[in-house]
Amino acid sequence: MQLEDNFIEVDNIEIDLRNRKLAALLAWLIPGAGHFYQGRHTKGSFFLVCILTTWIIGFALGGGHVVYASWQPGDRRWHYALQAGVGAVALPALVQGQRMKHKTDADGRTMPSYRPLWGGFMAPPYRPVFEDRADEVSAWYAVHGAGYEMGTWYTMIAGLLNILVIYDAFAGPLAIPISGRKKEDADAKPSASDDDTNAESSAQTSDDPN
Amino acid sequence: MPSQLINMPIADMLSISPTYLLHYLPLIVAISLVFGATRHEDTALILKHSFHTARWITGFMAFIFVVLAFISWLI
Repeated sequence: MQLEDNFIEVDNIEIDLRNRKLAALLAWLIPGAGHFYQGRHTKGSFFLVCILTTWIIGFALGGGHVVYASWQPGDRRWHYALQAGVGAVALPALVQGQRMKHKTDADGRTMPSYRPLWGGFMAPPYRPVFEDRADEVSAWYAVHGAGYEMGTWYTMIAGLLNILVIYDAFAGPLAIPISGRKKEDADAKPSASDDDTNAESSAQTSDDPN
Repeated sequence: MPSQLINMPIADMLSISPTYLLHYLPLIVAISLVFGATRHEDTALILKHSFHTARWITGFMAFIFVVLAFISWLI
């Protein structure tokens, strides 16, 4: 139920979303931070623990090499676009990627003078990278096996989940589908007849401006 | 024979090590809780929604597993 611009009511709890855009930005930077800013501490804790744990497990499974930013022939790391959904923890990859970009010659090879920062933390692989030849990426696969693939998935899923969290910080909880609301009504009123339940659900639907 | 399928060890039906299934646990917990928490504000409702989500996803994956195991047995 929409009360005012920044006040909504969900589950009979009134929520002050405060500055929505700032909350969304904070939610992107650190999962759950936007909710802490809005005083929604329980949900903020859920998001912080769930998303960062998933992301860290994935990062560890892949030996710390699954998150990097690169857009070179043979190594178009589109996964990073999803991994970056968790915000600040993925940002070092952008710095490393930019550093590698400046140290890549016209032939797409990493220059000998290249030195990654922070011991190679989130650094892209040495170039060139080919799908059918032995290079640094294939070495990572060889060392970590399925963990590399699994780690990539974990970190991507964490980033995707944080998109839901950003939306929640900006606009409040997502609407439950009408079918779900009918089921909840039925659970809440087991003694009511089906006709009553359907009538109530229809009324809710007609009230919903969406 | 269906009895052969039933008596077949689960490890033989999987093309990966059964320990890999442990990767499923943190994922299902995180996904369910985030799904629940982005649809409710009340903690009890969040946990209830999370449980339903986890049950639905697990049931769906179990169904797919049974279908694939059956097809594998047919082949």
